[in-house]
Amino acid sequence: MQTIKQAVAGTVESSDAQVMILPQAGGLKITLDSSVYDQYGQHIIALIIETAQALGLDDALIKVVDKGALDCTIKARVETAYYRAIGQTTNLPWGCSKWQ
Amino acid sequence: MAVTNHIRRSMIFLNTQRAALVKEAFVYHPDCVIFDLEDAVAEGEKDSARIQLYQTLKNVDYQGVERWVRVNALDSDLINEDIRAAVAGGAEGIRLPKTETAAEVQAAADKIAAAETEFNRPVGKTMMMAALESPLGIMNAYEIATASDRMMGIALSAGDYTRTMHAKRTVAGTELFGARSQMLIAARAAGVMAFATVYTDTDNEAGFVDELRLIKDMGFDGKSCINPKQIGVTHAVFNPSAAEIKHAEHVMQAVADSKANGVGVLTVDGKMVDIAWVEGAQRTLKLAQAAGIYKGALV
Amino acid sequence: MTISFHHHLRDGDYVVNMVMKEIHKLGIKDLTVCASSLGKAHDYLVPCIEDGTVTGISTSGIRDEIGEVVSKGKLKHPAVIRSHGGRARAIEDGTIKIDVAFIGASTSDVYGNASGKGGKSDTGVLSYADGDAKYANRVVVITDTIVASPNFPASIEGVDVDYVVKVDSIGDPAKIATGALRLTKDTRELNMAREVAKCMYHSGYFKDGFSFQTGAGGSSLATTVFLKDYMQQADIKCGWAMGGVTEPIVDLFKAGFVNKVLDDQSFDLAAVASAHQPGHFEISASQYANPFNKGAFVNQLNFVILGALEVDTDFNVNVVQGSNGVLRGAPGGHPDTAAGADVTIIVAPLIRSRMPTVRDRVTSITTPGESVDIIVTDYGVAVNPNRQDLLAAFKDTTIPLKTIEELRDLAYQYAGKPAPVEFDDQVVALVEYRDGTIIDTIRKPKHLN
Repeated sequence: MQTIKQAVAGTVESSDAQVMILPQAGGLKITLDSSVYDQYGQHIIALIIETAQALGLDDALIKVVDKGALDCTIKARVETAYYRAIGQTTNLPWGCSKWQ
Repeated sequence: MAVTNHIRRSMIFLNTQRAALVKEAFVYHPDCVIFDLEDAVAEGEKDSARIQLYQTLKNVDYQGVERWVRVNALDSDLINEDIRAAVAGGAEGIRLPKTETAAEVQAAADKIAAAETEFNRPVGKTMMMAALESPLGIMNAYEIATASDRMMGIALSAGDYTRTMHAKRTVAGTELFGARSQMLIAARAAGVMAFATVYTDTDNEAGFVDELRLIKDMGFDGKSCINPKQIGVTHAVFNPSAAEIKHAEHVMQAVADSKANGVGVLTVDGKMVDIAWVEGAQRTLKLAQAAGIYKGALV
Repeated sequence: MTISFHHHLRDGDYVVNMVMKEIHKLGIKDLTVCASSLGKAHDYLVPCIEDGTVTGISTSGIRDEIGEVVSKGKLKHPAVIRSHGGRARAIEDGTIKIDVAFIGASTSDVYGNASGKGGKSDTGVLSYADGDAKYANRVVVITDTIVASPNFPASIEGVDVDYVVKVDSIGDPAKIATGALRLTKDTRELNMAREVAKCMYHSGYFKDGFSFQTGAGGSSLATTVFLKDYMQQADIKCGWAMGGVTEPIVDLFKAGFVNKVLDDQSFDLAAVASAHQPGHFEISASQYANPFNKGAFVNQLNFVILGALEVDTDFNVNVVQGSNGVLRGAPGGHPDTAAGADVTIIVAPLIRSRMPTVRDRVTSITTPGESVDIIVTDYGVAVNPNRQDLLAAFKDTTIPLKTIEELRDLAYQYAGKPAPVEFDDQVVALVEYRDGTIIDTIRKPKHLN
């Protein structure tokens, strides 16, 4: 299990999402508050889980407040919060398969 | 030089930190966007903007709009990661800020080449442009413009330049006259494009149009924009007028006729035409065609 | 029993809540409220719905708290959503029998000659109350300004009025006519407005003396700016503009680009002021849009420019129900003008945050696709294939034509395909088309359980 500290990324501006990652044992837990919950909520939750798993984040509480962000932004905010949580800012694995 | 058929009347800066700005800026139909990782992005959000940049480049279809990335300065500890993200994402070009010497261009070009290799992209494909923001940069404009085969163009960035020159910003742009002229000469000599600095008074459309007319008449290829509303105005000024298109057509027709008849002297619309004008007429029609306002066959 | 109200006092209205509070005190139950529209100012209806004081509603606008409570199924009978023309028709043909009409008026004389002009709360016109006054069993005029008789010209005639009630204030003038229905500065909206004007210019109907109406939305309203340029270019003038009147229309009128203004609702202070001028005429809701009378002006419109919450690939438009199923809009004159105008143009961004406007199916139909001709979005322009004449007219222009399916595909490409909202069986509202047929039913969204 990775050592992570609490981290946050993104904003609550329209078309953005704010993602908070908190250390928590026992698997991934997602909370989602979304302005488009009824149409995209399940899709967004699946996307968050998929993105977290691709990063190797298996144990955490991920709290997301979504203001109608597109998928690319939701992914970007999860990834940013993750790299902040593990304290890595350079030499990110751009272009590898898990980043597609 | 990185010569392509792309027209670049407008290049709009987008703060890559802001999701709402980058998600669909192509609807404003700029010729190019510049995803900014430098001045617009807060210090603490550089990482976030970079990841948003990568995901946007990878996942959002920009509908043919050319995608540039303004990276942080060469002497910052941010540029390596900026270039890696931009190249991995497949940006068409990198805009280097605060460029003063050819060596800086070469250093950045080496970083780009390394990234192209790392991320399996064709080496040499990523274009570059350099922003000249100081007297030294202007002095070295030609060397900078010819420092790498990747170079597509040079751009004036007036904020720092004006400060270093002890000049005052004027409405007429008198204080920029020397810099504009010199960099334009350098760009033409080097065979790259030349772009004018941003116009910051976004509510002053009349002033913006005046400045556009000035730089267009001087010979600039395009303008850096900071607000979507500047795009349509920029295109309107840079596009050839109906009269210019008509005249260019007549010139090209006269050239064709004179070739057929073996007559040496060209007369168009009642006036003698210097053979040197033909290239200009050709350029007018090419620009008009690329802008979607000329559908004729004389290009 | 059915009581009626109009909405000319808009968000500043005190009349509806004032009357409903008295009715509540009297303990009267099981009322149907027939309002020309309802909005933020009428929130006292919410407790009235919850305790059975109000069990039926007929309205155009259904939004905010009232929209929520009705969406939740708290109203005993399904709400009936009617367009402005549909309401006028329903009153005249007896579908709605109004027992008591409560008509807030800016001024009245003691016999009930009442007007939207003057007083402390100037509304310019009283168009939507015309049928109420003529057809209700009892008519009560409520005003804060009694003037000397005769209060002419009178929108409501004393011969139709039973009671005149003087109150301290009928509304908050600051919210009746907003000072700020300003033209949008948003580049995206302006770009769309420019395309709308371009469509009008090339349509074949852009001729001297043409008529048009625009909605009050950002892009619709901004069309006026570009229309002026095109009118100058073509050296023509507009015969008349109609509608919810706003400052940009008034500006064109003052500058001589529009000869006459037909006003069924004054949206802002400039429109209210203009309503006092010659050449600016008050028309009744029936004259405006009733499908069954002999001279409705909607039938004489060349162009109407309207907004949309959703548009589907059959060109059906929804302006009533949010994509999450909750009631949040108003048909207003949308279906009426769309049916009447030669060219009906819908203008809306293709994607709002991530919600696609153009989609496979609208959540509910307000205006049928057969009356919709052009959809202008920031991603391109689609023309209803029924309008081959327009498609031919636009062929050699710079209008960025796409099919409606292409627009939907683009919306889904960028935003993702929205999952369908799930609904209960309970019908909470009926959307009545202007001719009285039911064009759609609205059910309670499951997420409101």
